[in-house]
Amino acid sequence: MRKISGDIITKAVKEAVIKINYNLDNSLVARIQKAKEHETNQTASAILDDILANQEIAGKGEFPLCQDTGVVVVFAELGRDIYLEHDLEASINEGVRQGYQEGYLRKSIVNHPFNRENTQDNTPAIIHTRVVAGSSLKLKIAAKGGGSENMSLVKMLTPAEGIEGVKKLVLDTIFHAGGKPCPPIIVGLGLGGNLEKSALLAKEAILRPLDDHHDDPIIASLENELYEEINKLGVGPMGVGGETTCLAVKINTYPMHIASLPVAINIQCHSARHTEVIL
Amino acid sequence: MIRMTTPITNDDVERLYAGEKVLISGTIYTARDQAHIRLLTEERPAFDIDGSVIFYVGPTPARGGNPIGSSGPTSSYRMDNITSNLMQQGLKLMIGKGDRSEAFRQEMMKYKSVYLIATGGAGALLASTVLSSKTIMYEDLGAEAIRELTVKDFPCFVAYDIHGGNIFQR
Repeated sequence: MRKISGDIITKAVKEAVIKINYNLDNSLVARIQKAKEHETNQTASAILDDILANQEIAGKGEFPLCQDTGVVVVFAELGRDIYLEHDLEASINEGVRQGYQEGYLRKSIVNHPFNRENTQDNTPAIIHTRVVAGSSLKLKIAAKGGGSENMSLVKMLTPAEGIEGVKKLVLDTIFHAGGKPCPPIIVGLGLGGNLEKSALLAKEAILRPLDDHHDDPIIASLENELYEEINKLGVGPMGVGGETTCLAVKINTYPMHIASLPVAINIQCHSARHTEVIL
Repeated sequence: MIRMTTPITNDDVERLYAGEKVLISGTIYTARDQAHIRLLTEERPAFDIDGSVIFYVGPTPARGGNPIGSSGPTSSYRMDNITSNLMQQGLKLMIGKGDRSEAFRQEMMKYKSVYLIATGGAGALLASTVLSSKTIMYEDLGAEAIRELTVKDFPCFVAYDIHGGNIFQR
């Protein structure tokens, strides 16, 4: 059994939430630059310039990329040969608490649907834990903004609606969301499982590397097709029109009941902040 | 590109057309959901609404010597039903992100107010145009308090003008 202390987890989470809130991933910046080269709408192009200028200013470390520094979402993959010296969730939440304080990040979490009292330290994080083989702890950590999350949804389609039903639902959702989720967006789709599993699939999908392809050729082809179709909707950066609505579509799937075709759409804004830590 | 200095007049508003880039200088006020609700139900604003500019933002805490933290716009549609009385009192520019209801757009044209969008997520860029910041109302709301900002060349785009123009029309 390998021992991991709570302090090590706390420190990793703290450093990760600060880092992701000030720096965009290079592959994402490259995608935005490429989109800008192909953008013919003048306002859209000016907005992409703003986004590129913004990440340069934020990268200097005084201002986070966005004022919405998000809710922290953690996918923890816990090796079964690990002995944790402290409670995993408490260690992660302590990292969030320290990171949001020391990094001058906005505390955006309220404790009740109606009383809406701010917890003042951006906790609790939303934590999903899986026990896997091995003796390491992998943490996939995201700072997820509220604007794009609010435009996300889960819908239970009938199996007969099939691939066409999925495409229609995705295109309708992105079109009606317009500029609200801060396009250009990354679209995460969860197909299958059940109600809650589909949402988790969609959330994990937005954390995938931008340049990967799904192993299943049918799904990989649907990712490409939806990417093309979404960019033909004319929503554009911040909803002002143009060709740049979406930077990537990522689909994760899971087996499902004979009666069901769950579809979850998780929208990620252009400030796609996430990282992976292996302890 | 148009440069504009506060306070904003009706003549200024007439000159704005959807899609144009505008650089705003002078004094602007921050307010979002809870501040609007309080302004509507609790007390008179501590600033002159006539000719004013409201920016829908909840910034991050300021670091070191900076006047403000990251300051990008929040989604404006949430303010649609709680803005009417401010427009009646002479609110001239609203800065946020995303589209708004048709009923709001009609009211805005009636009261000669213009809705602008700033680039969502570009909180570091927008904060770099803020010269000073002072909380003037509702300090207890934290990030949602009303602040008086002095800005220089704060960049935005006209979304709905008073001539019927709409940047989101597809």
